[in-house]
Amino acid sequence: MSDLFQDYSEAAGRTGAYDEMFAPGQQARKSYGQVAVALRELSLADVSARADSMARTFLDRGVTFDFAGEERPFPLDIVPRVIPADEWSVLERGVAQRVRALEAFLNDVYDKMTVVSDGVIPRQLVTTSAHFHRQVHGFEPAGGVRVHISGIDVVRDAAGTFRVLEDNVRVPSGVSYVLENRRAMAKGLPEAFGQQLIRPVEEYPRRLLSALRKTAPSGVDDPTVVVLTPGVFNSAYFEHTLLAGLMGVELVEGRDLICRGNRVYMRTTAGEQRVDVIYKRIDDEFLDPLQFRADSMLGCPGLVNAARAGGVTIANAVGNGVADDKLVYSYVPDLIRYYLSEEPLIANVDTFRLEEKEAREHVLDRLDELVVKPVDGSGGKGLVIGPDASRDELDALRKRIIADPRGWIAQPVLQLSTVPTLSGDKFGPRHVDLRPFAVNDGEDVWVLPGGLTRVALKEGSLIVNSSQGGGSKDTWVLADSPQVPVEVIPRPSIAIRERVSVWPVESSWRDSQKEQQQQQISDAQEVPANA
Amino acid sequence: MLSRIAESLFWIGRYVERADGTARILDVHLERLNHLPMEEQRSVAQELLAVMGARAQNEDFGLPELLNALAYDKQSATSIAGSLGAARENARRARETVSSGLWESLNTTYYGLNQHRKDVVGTYRFCNWVLERTAMVSGLADTTVSHDESWQFLVLGRSLERADMTARMLSTRDVLSAGMSWVNMLRCAGAYESFLRTRRAAFGDQHAAEFLLLDRLFPRSIVYALRDADECLAKLDPSAQRVGFINDARRIVGQARTFLEFHRTDDLMSELPEHMERVQKAVSQASDAISRKYFNQADELAWVGEVS
Repeated sequence: MSDLFQDYSEAAGRTGAYDEMFAPGQQARKSYGQVAVALRELSLADVSARADSMARTFLDRGVTFDFAGEERPFPLDIVPRVIPADEWSVLERGVAQRVRALEAFLNDVYDKMTVVSDGVIPRQLVTTSAHFHRQVHGFEPAGGVRVHISGIDVVRDAAGTFRVLEDNVRVPSGVSYVLENRRAMAKGLPEAFGQQLIRPVEEYPRRLLSALRKTAPSGVDDPTVVVLTPGVFNSAYFEHTLLAGLMGVELVEGRDLICRGNRVYMRTTAGEQRVDVIYKRIDDEFLDPLQFRADSMLGCPGLVNAARAGGVTIANAVGNGVADDKLVYSYVPDLIRYYLSEEPLIANVDTFRLEEKEAREHVLDRLDELVVKPVDGSGGKGLVIGPDASRDELDALRKRIIADPRGWIAQPVLQLSTVPTLSGDKFGPRHVDLRPFAVNDGEDVWVLPGGLTRVALKEGSLIVNSSQGGGSKDTWVLADSPQVPVEVIPRPSIAIRERVSVWPVESSWRDSQKEQQQQQISDAQEVPANA
Repeated sequence: MLSRIAESLFWIGRYVERADGTARILDVHLERLNHLPMEEQRSVAQELLAVMGARAQNEDFGLPELLNALAYDKQSATSIAGSLGAARENARRARETVSSGLWESLNTTYYGLNQHRKDVVGTYRFCNWVLERTAMVSGLADTTVSHDESWQFLVLGRSLERADMTARMLSTRDVLSAGMSWVNMLRCAGAYESFLRTRRAAFGDQHAAEFLLLDRLFPRSIVYALRDADECLAKLDPSAQRVGFINDARRIVGQARTFLEFHRTDDLMSELPEHMERVQKAVSQASDAISRKYFNQADELAWVGEVS
């Protein structure tokens, strides 16, 4: 191994985490064989030149996220995260299982709430969730699906076991980076691609579009799908344009839409055109000023009524936030058993519910050892990591927990698994998580092979969010058996048509004669001055 | 297509052409400006700025300020950097519609804006670079965007702005009449060789102005650009009537073009300022009319109550 990995094993030993690439003793794991070979051939100059060129491509292509009004490229590390086929097969089934359970839970919560009457979770927990929207109670959305697109965050603990960290069933973002990362890596580390079968990701937009079309309101023959974006200043605007572009549908803003007679139209140069399915990329609170925030400039008045009347499908459905509330998260294993009569395939992270008195007292005693999170937060906002926090921060946190125990959960500090990541002039272990994306078309839940691996670029940091100094890695899922097409189509042989060229033509005798004559003339004219 | 996207495309066309035209004008005039004595340099710089449609902020406005105002000022829609920034911002808003080739060339251009020395010599290079980039953008627009409605809007914006820029280019001659030769003017429009080949020996102010104004085959002439715009408008709204036009933009563009084409004159030079004024006015009116017809539906339909 080249000196880029010189101090790696020591640094990896310090973190005490599971390393994805190396087993103890700096032996590359089997799944990383090709990558290790490819990296061994490279010098520091090679690696940094490639990293620079990948960053440059991202900037030129505009693969950016908006942070405080500035477009920044999303850092992509050159070492991929590799998931072997057997591990992926568990993850894939586990994610799909979770999505099915959450789908059933949402249908129930906005209907009869049998889950409450059967005593699986307390009624109060549902009704106090900030994202339980009574505006959408009591109707089944057109198309019958609520969680069209979801991102289930999983991490690997020190023992190497995958655990679900949180569910995202409102507006999960990041899939655009999965698509772009793969394109960039194919050029950045081509050596590692040749010898192994990596499952492709480019079918995502097709799957998404077909799922969205499938869930269109009944009676629509050729549904029109649009992506609804808050606008160009949203941090995920790049993703909205990419998805709309790859699906070949319009990207609309709230002001492009108009609701009339419980139907939704968009304003085009040829007048108004009916919209059947809206892939909603704005928060529920801003969606419809008639139902939610009246001062919203981003939404379109009347959307919720149109959805209630079945005139339009909104994906993901309004009110999904109740299912990814972090307190509800702690009940998801129970929900899986209740709705699906199955055992959860991926475990949760142990979670303390601070509303329960003993748990709360236990947690308040050990605040400096735990991670405390707000239940409805995302993007790492408001999260406090006990061991890294100062005395004052912990005291402030303590007060806030006592004031609002429903608003917080606590979890043990997980040493997320690490992957080698370029930092300065060598590779160092950095902590990663994984967000697989699932698309639900009402009949089947399809999980995109891989997903987004986010990496905390600072040594020892456990926060992987892009807004807080995180980057990403391409995520490779290896195929265990080559997926050869059963039938080999005979390929027609290529007939070579030789090109006919006209000029300059060396073979033309006229040209060559002319040239000779011209040269003779110029020779004759260059008479030495003193001749 | 969405009205908002159509508007973005229209403005991409306009801004890119504006950057192109401004770079051409700046490139040609810089050379002469540089030779002038300080006092005169100032007044000429201010007049040149006025022709390009901006006002000098103070008396001290001289060559360095002119460079900033026409080339590098990102805040101003008159400058090259401002136009290219605005074109890129519009492309960003219509990104899912434009081809990735078009978007990337605009985006790369935008990031390249800062990589130039901002003195006189650097500005020559900058102008050349801008011409290369805008040619690349138009080339990619022509070859990677399907020639449907969206492309028509792009070309419509481009043609209108081109007529406007050529008119301004001709107007600068009044400002800098002393020593501003027609050779330079033709070079500025990239028309020198075409002109020589078509008019041969007939050389002079009159002929050169005629060429840039009225030539039916040279793409940067005003008549040609207006005819392009007219064709786009016809394709966007093919409804044919037996009498008249309800489409304001078509009427305005058509009138401006035919006025030039069928105008008979013995002394083009003395009428030139008047013609230029007319063309620029027509372009701005046509642009307004297009906005009203295609882009501004949101104003009319701000609120529709539920009826049932």
